[in-house]
Amino acid sequence: MENVYELNNVYKTYKNDGREFTALKGVSLEVKEGEIFGIIGMSGAGKSTLVRTLNRLEEVTSGTVSFYGKDLAALKPAELREVRHSISMIFQGFNLLNQRTVIQNVEQSLKIIGVPRVKRRKKAEQMLEIVGLLEKCNEYPARLSGGQKQRVAIARALAADPKVLLCDEATSALDPKITGEILDLLKKINEERKLTIIIITHEMAVVEKICDRVAIIDDGNLAEIGDVKEVFSNPQSKAAKKLVFPSNPFEASHPDGKVIRLVFDGTQSSVPFIANLVEKTGIKVNILSANTKSVGGIGYGQMIVELPESQKERQTAIDFFRDGGLSVTEVS
Amino acid sequence: MSDYIKDAIITGVWETFIMTFFASLFSYAVGLPLGVVLYSTSKGRLLENRGVNAVIGTIVNITRSLPFLILLVLLIPFTRAIVGKSIGTTAAIVPLTIGAIPIVARMVEASLSEVQPGIIEAATSMGASPLYTIIHFVIPEAMPSLLQGGAINVATVLGYSAMAGVIGGGGLGAIALQYGYYRYDKPVLWTTVTLLIIMVMLIQEFGIRLSKKHRKA
Ligand SMILES: Nc1ncnc2c1ncn2[C@@H]1O[C@H](COP(=O)(O)OP(=O)(O)OP(=O)(O)O)[C@@H](O)[C@H]1O
Ligand SMILES: [Mg+2]
Repeated sequence: MENVYELNNVYKTYKNDGREFTALKGVSLEVKEGEIFGIIGMSGAGKSTLVRTLNRLEEVTSGTVSFYGKDLAALKPAELREVRHSISMIFQGFNLLNQRTVIQNVEQSLKIIGVPRVKRRKKAEQMLEIVGLLEKCNEYPARLSGGQKQRVAIARALAADPKVLLCDEATSALDPKITGEILDLLKKINEERKLTIIIITHEMAVVEKICDRVAIIDDGNLAEIGDVKEVFSNPQSKAAKKLVFPSNPFEASHPDGKVIRLVFDGTQSSVPFIANLVEKTGIKVNILSANTKSVGGIGYGQMIVELPESQKERQTAIDFFRDGGLSVTEVS
Repeated sequence: MSDYIKDAIITGVWETFIMTFFASLFSYAVGLPLGVVLYSTSKGRLLENRGVNAVIGTIVNITRSLPFLILLVLLIPFTRAIVGKSIGTTAAIVPLTIGAIPIVARMVEASLSEVQPGIIEAATSMGASPLYTIIHFVIPEAMPSLLQGGAINVATVLGYSAMAGVIGGGGLGAIALQYGYYRYDKPVLWTTVTLLIIMVMLIQEFGIRLSKKHRKA
């Protein structure tokens, strides 16, 4: 599949009154056509900076950002505006025109590209229909709820038939239920229109719910990138581990205890291993934490367990889990 | 109060109205675009341009810091060159306009600056040019604030028009000066002052209503 974006060693250094701050430190990644790509990281990691280089709201200091093979930095102002028509963006704060009605807001993106009035109105109505807000078309944004405002912003973003939709914390101002609805809408649009979506978030749940691939940004660096289920079921980098298992300090109950993490990836989540382990080997383990989540419709789970003191029993237990197809990693 | 004075007051109200109306109109014709330029060329804005901003900013600041009475006198030759005379209602419109332009420009600049950066970012991300963004995003969003500022400006011009009476501009200001100051005719003085206050209040009220009607958030 074609790459929508190719980022090559992107650096971004902000300079303010002689003070410098490097927000992106050599990020390289690709975004494929038609996927929902998540970018996650702690606050201040550089996510917004990264996404803003994707439509050149932010100029890169070095490195290249290419959009369908075109280096954005090389575009002249008029060419850049042209390209921006196919890169839409939605924001945490919605950024709707408060003094304009809902439908006028949606029409704005069409007006910019010179679509005539009648056609514009029809298209805007269609878009509002898709986001389920046609009956609010003559309201002003102030009368809408946050979720409704974001729907209007989505309608506005999609009216001009973009190739990519960038979402910077688009659901962060919304409650979990409304977040879910907006994500469902984005997923639907992704599937129906083959639209590539790039989602910036600091919420794991958002990535788990709709992203195909995810990049983890940590202090301006790309810490990890891959399929969501791989990254989430078996995080490699420290940053990823911190995000996936936020409350990790699982200390063993005594200094030379051993704590391991078992990860099951859907195929075995219905098997009761701990019970089986006791039944077959007589070894008892201490469960410190367990949770399962659904990623892309498949149940994933992880369990943190403390093993008995005896070296032999430990090995037996680990072998038992490995034979059962679980991934076993040491925590401490 | 004699009929003669009553007539003079009615004429005064009319002259004040004419001066205020045209001076406001002309000062917006120049001050509005100037305000837009000041806003859009300032630091971090869409058409950032230090040179243009500094030149216009300095001119605006100088004219604005001159006391209006001094400006009135300084502008006498200029007024004569434009309208052929330096006294009368028509002549007074010239210094009133010049005096109001920098005030309008700064007021417009302030109103536009209130527009949230997110709106501009959204426009830019949609591929709008800087000019398009200013015309179709920034100005409409600032409209309620512009109208409110407009009411304040018109009231200021009205106040200045009373001062213009001093150098023969006519209007209520001239009457107040003649009867109130030179002859110390208290009833006439208070009548003209009351009328001026009523006119200012009407303008403010009208402006606030208009702004409220426009404000959707
Ligand atoms: N215009 C700027 N000038 C200087 N520093 C900036 C600027 N914009 C962002 N930064 C800095 O760059 C870093 C990354 O900022 P960015 O907004 O990309 O973070 P983020 O990952 O989006 O965080 P959040 O989740 O809080 O939105 C931060 O430390 C921030 O202070
Ligand atoms: Mg951010």
